[in-house]
Amino acid sequence: MHIPDGFINIPTASATAALAVGGLGYSVRQAKEKLDEKAAPLVGLVAVFVFAGQMVNFPVAAGTSGHLLGGALAAVLVGPHAASLALTVVLAVQALLFADGGLTALGLNVFNMSIVGVWGGYGTFLLVRKIFRSTESSVLLGSAIGAFVSVPLAATFFSIQYAIGGQGTFAPSTVFAAMFGTHILIGLGEAAITFLTVAAILKTRPDLVYGMVQVKARANEKATRAEGREA
Amino acid sequence: MSANRETKNKRFYLIGIGISLLIAGVISFYASSAPDGLEKVAIDIGFIDSAKDSAVSQSALADYAVAGVGHERLSVGIAGIIGVVVTGIIMMVIVRLIGKKKN
Repeated sequence: MHIPDGFINIPTASATAALAVGGLGYSVRQAKEKLDEKAAPLVGLVAVFVFAGQMVNFPVAAGTSGHLLGGALAAVLVGPHAASLALTVVLAVQALLFADGGLTALGLNVFNMSIVGVWGGYGTFLLVRKIFRSTESSVLLGSAIGAFVSVPLAATFFSIQYAIGGQGTFAPSTVFAAMFGTHILIGLGEAAITFLTVAAILKTRPDLVYGMVQVKARANEKATRAEGREA
Repeated sequence: MSANRETKNKRFYLIGIGISLLIAGVISFYASSAPDGLEKVAIDIGFIDSAKDSAVSQSALADYAVAGVGHERLSVGIAGIIGVVVTGIIMMVIVRLIGKKKN
């Protein structure tokens, strides 16, 4: 999913980078409001885990591999605002230190993974959690489905960028069909890793899962209100 | 925050860091080397040649290999561990800078 330099022309990459900066600005404002500095080790750990997970490509089909994006996973664990910053740190380290993903393409990659992947995955998570009445299993199911959706969604945005500024004459619909199909498969791996990771943390430290804390808070509120009515 | 909770947190972070180091430092060696989804699509459709080397493609850690370390397992493992440490430090500094301060 890491776009190298050259695939997308500079004007398109620059415009997308501007959008990415705008999205990150929003995340920073949200984080300033909601994030405690004491969360530093937890957010740091999430960024580190995503970096590590992204190193491990798993085979998905003949001659194709994929790896964790981690956007939905990070969003469920620390909130979408902190998650988009974490994914951006990971992408920047990869591009600058390891030449993984282009430098002029960094804005494209940040947009697709830190913005679209994180917020798209988290939005799906919220939707699923709501449909299934905000129970613990709805958090798990929502994480997995959010993760699954985030991958073809990010791939779709690459296809849009290719249609606008691709350095080639291939039909946008061909690129989209191939990207979407391949990333559906990778999304299944994303869902599995996200499910297992969130399940493990819910079992040991549910209090550290952002997407769960809200569920707990709401349950407590409801209980308090019910008690109030009884009294 | 009670002392007990503090200990529990510390243990959680240490285990998390340990798992991440294990993945980046050891398991990463066994990662599939097949092209990823985007690369594969670019090869199949035919726009892979439009890819250009990144400006840092000759850097000491390019492609998750440490320049001068011939042993492949060691090379990718060290690169992974460096990545984990750098990512973790940058992220923690950012949260400390923008996070709410208590008192």
